[in-house]
Amino acid sequence: MDWGNIISQTLTQAIGILAIIYCLAAIGLNVHFGYTGLLNFGQAGFLAVAAYGLAVTVSYLGASLWLGVLVGLLGTVVLALLLGLPTLRLRADYLAIVTIAAAEIIRLLVRSVTFREVFGGSDGITRFADEFYALNPFTTGIALGPITFSKNDSWVFVVGWVVVAFWLLVVWSLMRSPWGRVLKGIREDEDAVRSLGKNVYSYKMQALILGGVIGAFGGFISAVYTQSVQPDTFSTDFTFFAYTILILGGAARVFGPVVGALVFWALIVFVGEFLNEAVANGVITFITSTQVGQIRFMLVGLGLMLLMIFRPQGIFGDRKELALDAR
Amino acid sequence: MRARAAALLAALIAATALVVGLGASPAAAATSGPVLFGTITSNDKGLEGVKISASNDSGFSGSATTDATGAWEIKTPKSGTYVVVLDEGTLPEGVALAPDSGNTRTVNAFLGKVRIQFPTGDGVVETTSKWAQAVQLTVDGLLLGLVLALSAVGLSLIYGTTGLTNFAHGELLTLGAVSTYVYNNLLHIPLVLAAALALITCAVLGSIQDRVLWRKLRKRGTGLIAMLVVSIGLGIFLRYVILFFFGGNTVQYADYNGQAGIQIGLVSITPKAMVGGIVAIVAILLCVYWLLRTKMGKASRAVSDNPALASASGIDVERVINVVWILGATMAALAGVLLGMTQGVNWFMGFQILLLVFAGVTVGGLGTAFGALIGSLLVGLLINLSTLFVPPELKSVGALVILILVLIVRPQGLLGRRERVG
Repeated sequence: MDWGNIISQTLTQAIGILAIIYCLAAIGLNVHFGYTGLLNFGQAGFLAVAAYGLAVTVSYLGASLWLGVLVGLLGTVVLALLLGLPTLRLRADYLAIVTIAAAEIIRLLVRSVTFREVFGGSDGITRFADEFYALNPFTTGIALGPITFSKNDSWVFVVGWVVVAFWLLVVWSLMRSPWGRVLKGIREDEDAVRSLGKNVYSYKMQALILGGVIGAFGGFISAVYTQSVQPDTFSTDFTFFAYTILILGGAARVFGPVVGALVFWALIVFVGEFLNEAVANGVITFITSTQVGQIRFMLVGLGLMLLMIFRPQGIFGDRKELALDAR
Repeated sequence: MRARAAALLAALIAATALVVGLGASPAAAATSGPVLFGTITSNDKGLEGVKISASNDSGFSGSATTDATGAWEIKTPKSGTYVVVLDEGTLPEGVALAPDSGNTRTVNAFLGKVRIQFPTGDGVVETTSKWAQAVQLTVDGLLLGLVLALSAVGLSLIYGTTGLTNFAHGELLTLGAVSTYVYNNLLHIPLVLAAALALITCAVLGSIQDRVLWRKLRKRGTGLIAMLVVSIGLGIFLRYVILFFFGGNTVQYADYNGQAGIQIGLVSITPKAMVGGIVAIVAILLCVYWLLRTKMGKASRAVSDNPALASASGIDVERVINVVWILGATMAALAGVLLGMTQGVNWFMGFQILLLVFAGVTVGGLGTAFGALIGSLLVGLLINLSTLFVPPELKSVGALVILILVLIVRPQGLLGRRERVG
């Protein structure tokens, strides 16, 4: 059993780039679910549109990466409008079903053989982010005790956490503003807000767009980090994990998604690495290394259930600030 | 006291079935050998549902069915010589293998992934007229619609009586198919009997699920959105438990496997699909009868309308909900059995179809059982008929787009009531 490796992997990945991606997705969901009470189960779709917008602009249209970012952002705004128009007037669970369906539509379209020319089918698109790495100021990787990142990863790591910090600041200041108070009001009692003369529909739409755009940055980071986009990265499970992270950290709290992402990845990676080491060294013999991955998913499912039953406010949340009743 | 003893007994039976069944399942075997894979296409289009099997001298045999893109793969336990056979009966109408290459390949597979090609022939493809295709697709669509309807009734009744949007409903369907596989292939019980046992297993599991989990949550006053999230967690958990024990391959029941289709007029249909369709119709009619004519069925509709009033008029609401769970789980399991017969059994089948079930339920109107039936049949038809115009791999997209369009025009669905929309 190589405990050094287990600990180093756990620490590195807990603050690593996957954690950043999920953290951004969860910050977006926090605006949707935590502050406004919108049940968006298609966050993976928003990330997919952003990532594919970026990749297609560079590799298919041959344009600049920065134009790709714009295209991706535009794509997510359009998606939010498309989803919001039919459903935001309806009850919460309608939005849930429509968003989950939309995310699947997007995934099926980009992985189809029909559009392979543009989206690359199930293999996706690779090698389009050289422009991003050309700006890399790092000449060597980061090495802090057990935490190590390669040269390129360090660059993504720093940019990623700066982006997270930026959006945390935005969410923090917006939710202190009158605009944010209206959102929370909608979460608590839509009719009361409406009777004050506010256009609830418009506020919900703005929240849906904002959360989607924040998620989009998770999509960008995911695309440039691996220099590839693949349809199955953006499966429904992605959204479910982001929800687990949000609820774990505490919904309707600015730092909830960050804490959630750190704890979630630390736990997931630790369990995975520990079991893998144990299997490799013959300490545990009744499971195989493929099954270790499956056990991790089981734990996520079980964790989400138990969390929601026994501590729906997560680590930092306030139970009173949770939209748990469908209206 | 008697009720409690019965529940305990049922739990024991279910637990034994699970242990016996899953302990003996094939997935526990490590698959670390080479992977055989390929893509079956015709005129650059992937062919779905083509069956390929592989075997070797030392007793290994595995099979796979191509997905929407025509891709298939079979994981083998170790390197060696494998005989790979393509079941020509499963090729779609009008497609044949290239004449000089045959349907059998012998390969030496050592490491990694080994691609095996089955070219389809040029010029062998006869084009059927759009009308003939439309008739065939209508029949296929009705069959899919029946499977969706079976799952949708339970989903809709549970939603109606408890308000729970159950994202773990697909797993009941998977459990039905998986337990049938266990009874049929591993315990060698004939398929019809195996299916009946699977229905009982799932009925018991459904009842337990309600008693152990959902009833407790309702008593605690857990919110509806919280319950929805709990069902998502439960769904993930069950899916990966099934994957853990059952493995990632798509497998077929031992009985009635690779049955050839018979031609009736313009339509080609396998006898098992025909029987399955009739069973589904009978089950749905029974369910409708239950809802309209029996005391319990009426009570369930009363609970859907107004639980407090129903309770005040002497209806045992918790008992009604438990019966609804048993019924819903049994119907979903039947859908799983039927889907397993036509498409094979895998750990992901329930979740895959869940969105289409939701589409059916929403199109028909959330919380209305009859709406769910009609909506599901419509969605089934639509999915299959849309392949006249869009590539088969994108057929689900059409149905999901329609779902969104229906919500714009008539958010309460076809049979739903306005006040449910909110």
